[in-house]
Amino acid sequence: MAEQFEITDEMRAVIGQESPPWTHEVTTTSVRAFARGVGYTDVVYFDEDEAKKAGYRSLPAPPTYLGTPIFIPGQSNDTFSGPNHGGPRVKHGLPGLLDGGTETEYRGQICAGDRLTVVSKLAALDVRESKSLGKMLITTTETSYTNQDGEVVALQRSQAIFY
Amino acid sequence: MSITWDSVSEGDEIGSLTKKPGVSQLVKYAAGSGDFNPLHHDYAFPQSKALGSIIVHGRFKYASLGEAVSNWLGHAGRIRKLSCQYRGMDFPDREMSVGGRVKRKYEEHGAKLVELELWTTNDEGKNTTPGTAIVELNA
Repeated sequence: MAEQFEITDEMRAVIGQESPPWTHEVTTTSVRAFARGVGYTDVVYFDEDEAKKAGYRSLPAPPTYLGTPIFIPGQSNDTFSGPNHGGPRVKHGLPGLLDGGTETEYRGQICAGDRLTVVSKLAALDVRESKSLGKMLITTTETSYTNQDGEVVALQRSQAIFY
Repeated sequence: MSITWDSVSEGDEIGSLTKKPGVSQLVKYAAGSGDFNPLHHDYAFPQSKALGSIIVHGRFKYASLGEAVSNWLGHAGRIRKLSCQYRGMDFPDREMSVGGRVKRKYEEHGAKLVELELWTTNDEGKNTTPGTAIVELNA
């Protein structure tokens, strides 16, 4: 547990920096894998004929699924599957990590067959204190998802808690 | 039967889901989402040991809120916005309930919108994942 923690100028300098783009794929297999992981029983997320009957081009991405980052050993993070070079990186030295909150704004439909170009940037840094976890660093990251036609289909804001 | 604007009233509850995710379900979620944080499957991981257990992915609960909305909507519209906060940890093999309620029904630039208040409650009745959705109905 951190007794003391302060946001330094070096950390603040990362705010606003954009990551290099990375590709997320949405495939029939990846949609099914996500839907299975959540526990869906709605066949529209599994059966292409049913998806088309429901009005989709192909299997629709279930809510909160924004594609799977392409994985390349040496370039991808083995734990979280995103790119190692991507994502704003704040050097804080806090070992614990928890998710704080997530907001997704959908502007277009995402279906199997889509390739999304993903760019993220650090939007804010805050310090809070909790009784059980001590001083915590809260990072807010904004991520945009642009499909193969150049349409921004989703924007996500997520908070991570480091302690 | 599909959800329509006329069939929705403020205060209506959306159908709830009951889940009891065990390690196997969390491993499937890890594979489907790409989040292999050992905190969600490995009891020997230092952070799991410190907490006394592995914990359910916050994003699993977020996706489950989305599932409850999707089931209610029945593809008769689309989600415009979905958000939640992770207010408490959930542990595997414990029952959780995923639900929601119509908070507001309104029109904006001709679009028929519904705001939902969402939650997951643990087996002690605590809301560990308060959330909100804005849904646009087709008709």
